[in-house]
Amino acid sequence: MKHTIQQVFHSGKFVVGFSIFVAILLTVIVYPLIITDPPLEIIGQGTFFEPGIYVNVYDSIGSPHYTLNLDDAAAKRIANKLGDEDRLAIKEWLMADGIPEDEIDIKNTEKVLDQWVNNYDPAQKIAGMTNAKRNYFVRLNNSLKGLLSTEGVSIAVKNAETGDLEETGVVAQSDYVNINQVPNVRMLLLGTDNFGRDVLTELVKATGVSLQIGFVAGITATLIGLTLGLLSGYIGGLVDDFIMFITNLFTVIPPIVLLILISFSIGQEQRGAFTIAVVIGFTSWVWTARAVRAQVVSLRNRDHVNLSKLSGHSIVHIILTDILPYIASYVVMALILQIASGILAEAALSILGLGPRTTEVPTLGLMMNWAMIYQAQILGKWWAYFPVIITIALITFSMNLMNTGLDQVFNPALRE
Amino acid sequence: MKGYRKYFLNKLLWFLVTFVFAFILNFTLPRLMPGDPVAAIVSRLAQGLSDATGVQAIYQQYADLFGTNKPILEQFFIYMKNVARGDFGFSFSQYPRTVADALKSSIFWTICLQFPAIIVGWLIGNTLGALAAYLKGGFDKVLMPVSIFISNFPAFGMAVILMVIFGVTLEWFPTSGGYGFDLIPNFSWGFIWSVIVHYQLPFWSIVLISIGGQAIGMRSMSIYELNADYVRYARFMGIKDRKIVGYVFRNAMLPQVTGLALSIGTMVSGALVAEIIFSYPGLGFTLYNGVMGQDYPLISASALIITVMVLSANFIIEILYGIIDPRIKAAQAD
Repeated sequence: MKHTIQQVFHSGKFVVGFSIFVAILLTVIVYPLIITDPPLEIIGQGTFFEPGIYVNVYDSIGSPHYTLNLDDAAAKRIANKLGDEDRLAIKEWLMADGIPEDEIDIKNTEKVLDQWVNNYDPAQKIAGMTNAKRNYFVRLNNSLKGLLSTEGVSIAVKNAETGDLEETGVVAQSDYVNINQVPNVRMLLLGTDNFGRDVLTELVKATGVSLQIGFVAGITATLIGLTLGLLSGYIGGLVDDFIMFITNLFTVIPPIVLLILISFSIGQEQRGAFTIAVVIGFTSWVWTARAVRAQVVSLRNRDHVNLSKLSGHSIVHIILTDILPYIASYVVMALILQIASGILAEAALSILGLGPRTTEVPTLGLMMNWAMIYQAQILGKWWAYFPVIITIALITFSMNLMNTGLDQVFNPALRE
Repeated sequence: MKGYRKYFLNKLLWFLVTFVFAFILNFTLPRLMPGDPVAAIVSRLAQGLSDATGVQAIYQQYADLFGTNKPILEQFFIYMKNVARGDFGFSFSQYPRTVADALKSSIFWTICLQFPAIIVGWLIGNTLGALAAYLKGGFDKVLMPVSIFISNFPAFGMAVILMVIFGVTLEWFPTSGGYGFDLIPNFSWGFIWSVIVHYQLPFWSIVLISIGGQAIGMRSMSIYELNADYVRYARFMGIKDRKIVGYVFRNAMLPQVTGLALSIGTMVSGALVAEIIFSYPGLGFTLYNGVMGQDYPLISASALIITVMVLSANFIIEILYGIIDPRIKAAQAD
């Protein structure tokens, strides 16, 4: 046993797959210990907040201010406010004004603003320009004036008695706060989803639930497949014929159709994560059953099995001690693949709208489903769906690598 | 020829048995659903209707129409008779449209999309796998991990990523539908071009997901064959490498043909999800609409048609396999 495990860990593929898998598993276990926020708490008012660090504005005004004189602060501020559209519009006006195109660099904020301030004249009429367009430039000019001012912003508080605004302080353009001194800062590494939930926390929880679904589905499928395969292969005769008939039926009927029909039949209320997992297990045992049967048939007449029979051991004893150890490596490999395909099946079902209907736990498929319903992919909200896809791909990839690695260890013909 | 006929009849019988079984499953499973679908429709229709006898009359009318108030065995025979006539009843969610009408066009779209995509994916995958086995070295080292990764990539993930890259960011192809939403199907160039453009993303996402698994299978089959005794013997005999490679790949191909028959069910499920992501007007999308609308005649009929399509594909592949592989004929003649 020890030797086998050593051998397994010498396989590069297995080790890579195993490391990825353990890393995912550790994240799922450790993350909730550090970040204890409930994964499905709706924190954002609005959909799809971008990933980033969210600093409380109110608190940062109240925090101690420090003056830092940074040269490029003003330029950065303006560059941030000045959109691409505005830059193109400025270029258009300047060119219409007669400035050669190669002298205008709209990426260089400072220079382009300089040219604008020097050349723009609201009274000037440019031939062929509509009134609406001219008004647009007037508005643009006014907003730029605001940007270029060097004064700070006043903070005013409403007087409770008179209702007048009273200035309580001024935030200068060179004022900074230390983020560590702001009491309320929330890191949203993957932003929020369509409900305003923290995607990262939700994703970790969902990965855990999906892994559980995978395990339950995989174990169910493997147990059914193993039992049927052992019975069919070892007993043979009519039992074998019957089991093989059922197996062949389920081989050709596409599992997705069965999954859809069964999960639709269960109905929305009863469709919890665990039920879905069992249903997936019930529709994917076919391959294990076939392969186990094939191996058992070849083992059935080996000398050691016959010897065991002659010694009067019971069928259960023979199966447990003389047959199972020989197919154990195969069954473990099949289990790994079943877990991976269980996770994929849950995701596919959820996309169809037939996934677990729970409000307490997220699954990877449900996260994907919501992202699709809210069209995250069209709106460019990559953080709502891309991490989910990558997580699913990493889980199934790591499991398949482990499987391939094991295959090479236990199946000498495949060794390179 | 006698051996082949036996093989053919055997496969045909098996096709019929699986069909009957699938038919029964299709009928029973959705009807186990708790809750009364007719009641659901009536409650939707009768909103704002305070007259209890009026609601009762509507309920009775729909129950008669869908036949849900009869015993289940009678429903089964009615269903069987109707299906034989191509009548799947009315769709719950799109009433008064019939299910047959809702499915008619989607079958066409699905066959045109999935059949070529799966074949192309299978061909490309096998070629790559064979090349990896034969060339070894760098090509193999790169192709294998990529294939394993792609074959484990969820089908919807591939579809979404292709959509984001080529549809949303680059805007080369439209992101949804089977043709421009402003067009009426006809035989003009504009329409055909629109269909071709809409076809690309779903097609390639299905091709890409089917490549990986096939390449892995073909590679290990080819490696196995390349180490077989007959290859060594042929080498000793001084037969040219190219000729040997020809034999090897012909032999390695055979299990891949059966592999296609066995994996077609899985491939179709991936393709159905791709259809949903791209809102392609095929069976997958219709099924999705059925699920969303709690429309069990539609779900049942789509599931039945998908099953029949997969079973037929299986049947055709196995018949072809019998023709390609002479050993089948020999085995059946014994």
